[in-house]
Amino acid sequence: MTSDRKGEGAPGQAGPEPVPTPEPNGSGSVPGQAGPTPVLRLEAVRKTFGRTVVLRDVDLEVAPHTVTALIGASGSGKSTLLRCANLLEEVDDGAIFLDGEEITDPRVDPDAVRRRIGVVFQAYNLFPHMTVLDNITLAPRRVHGEPRARAEERARELLERLGLGGKAGEYPDRLSGGQQQRVAIVRALAGRPRLLLLDEITAALDPELVGEVLGVVRDLKEEGMTMVLATHEMGFARDVADQVCFLDGGVVLERGTAAEVFGDPREERTRRFLRRLVEAGRL
Amino acid sequence: MTARSAGDTAPASGATAHEDHYVPSARRLERERFRRTRARRATAVAALSTLVTGVVLFLAVVNSPGWPRTRETFFSAHYAREALPKVLDGLWLNLRLLVICGAAVLILGMLIAVARTLRGPVFFPLRALATAYTDFFRGLPLVICLLMVVFGIPALRLQGVTTDPVLLGGTALVLTYSAYVAEVFRAGIESVHPSQRAAARSLGLNGRQTLRFVVLPQAVRRVVPPLLNDLVSLQKDTGLVSIAGAVDAVYAAQIVASKSFNYTPYVVAGLIFVALTIPSTRFTDWVTARMDRRRAQGGIV
Repeated sequence: MTSDRKGEGAPGQAGPEPVPTPEPNGSGSVPGQAGPTPVLRLEAVRKTFGRTVVLRDVDLEVAPHTVTALIGASGSGKSTLLRCANLLEEVDDGAIFLDGEEITDPRVDPDAVRRRIGVVFQAYNLFPHMTVLDNITLAPRRVHGEPRARAEERARELLERLGLGGKAGEYPDRLSGGQQQRVAIVRALAGRPRLLLLDEITAALDPELVGEVLGVVRDLKEEGMTMVLATHEMGFARDVADQVCFLDGGVVLERGTAAEVFGDPREERTRRFLRRLVEAGRL
Repeated sequence: MTARSAGDTAPASGATAHEDHYVPSARRLERERFRRTRARRATAVAALSTLVTGVVLFLAVVNSPGWPRTRETFFSAHYAREALPKVLDGLWLNLRLLVICGAAVLILGMLIAVARTLRGPVFFPLRALATAYTDFFRGLPLVICLLMVVFGIPALRLQGVTTDPVLLGGTALVLTYSAYVAEVFRAGIESVHPSQRAAARSLGLNGRQTLRFVVLPQAVRRVVPPLLNDLVSLQKDTGLVSIAGAVDAVYAAQIVASKSFNYTPYVVAGLIFVALTIPSTRFTDWVTARMDRRRAQGGIV
């Protein structure tokens, strides 16, 4: 979007961190692996709806300042994985760690966890009865206890950076889909999250509006935001993702760098999935 | 993709529970143990706090200076036994009034609501009439409406018009309540998003078909809870027909009370009305919960 950075870090890094990264405790550290504690880690996560197993023994690690793309057919479990990570769904088994701390423990306060994670939904989910500015400042004011003036100043700054400077007083229904989705991204960023979850955020957009939203995500990556995104935009996933996970039937069938998964998939299913996309002109 | 659709459209890789050999991990078992303990503790706390509240209230009432007299006047077993059969006799009238008036209110309320939402200049008189009707009868106190209808209509001495207080009282209830219910229906109709109307009209449905097949089904579903609320209220207000001299449960209680100067019959009648209302309230809850479940996206928030 805007190329001029004001000399500050990512929205998630700007200002004091709401939660400092804790030292990895026993269960949070990964044996035999160097490097920083992953921002998000899934360990043998299992989720069922009735008799259907939606996630089966899913392992995943998201390092700080990286982008992970979840790809796979509809119903492969991408959205469910994101909803579990945000505790909108309760996992049946396994554990999820945020900054090394287990968040699937029933003793953990889910609201405190959600305060540290930003989510952008496919259908924007803006509050139609509030202006853009109120949508964005709701959580900073009511949840994080920021004074109105400071919350609004920061909201305007973020809006400006995402090219929405003039829209602060508008109601969501008067904006285009692309604008609404960018507002939703600003709303998610306003709480200074450690991690941003993006659930097929361009799936409901017109093709010519997809670019503006993906541009924002690219900018956020450059600023160092840690993100997990479920997407059907394979070209975008290939460009922006440090790690690509191919989900199939609730299992992470293939995981690697974008070049590995797209360029030289090991699994037959992955190859077939990618071939279908090429045939549909989506890759 | 919602969580639910994720479950519905599981791909053909055989992702169903019965065919994989899943063994719950120690972590899951520990979590479940903890949740059970927490649930048990919550139940215990709830029971204890209910007990304490109950005891405190009981002691406060029983230790009040006027309690012995109050108990004799309002909670006399002797008068309760005497009043109960008479009150139950009267209740039969309340129940009949509720069923018949309830049905009439729903039909009339719906007609008025539809009349108010009709567009086009031809319908202006109908629209105006419906608006005037709701304005008038929603504002008019029910008791005054009852008195007017029950004593005013017989005073006209019209040929062939009934002077039966029950029929006239029922009419007054219907007049007032259909104005309320019409507004509930209208709120529901107007809450259906205009895009639904646009979609239906663009399929070639005419205005009436759009209303009948697209708008009203959504509108009615949305207003079920407030509608049931109004019906519960109607159930209680059927007692007001007694001001015309019809012997319903309330009036039956009053007859016993005025002979004995003991108010226990009122308490009996009141408790019976409460007992009647509780099933409808629970039914309302159940209907609402079921609708929420069917529409909800799933998840735990």
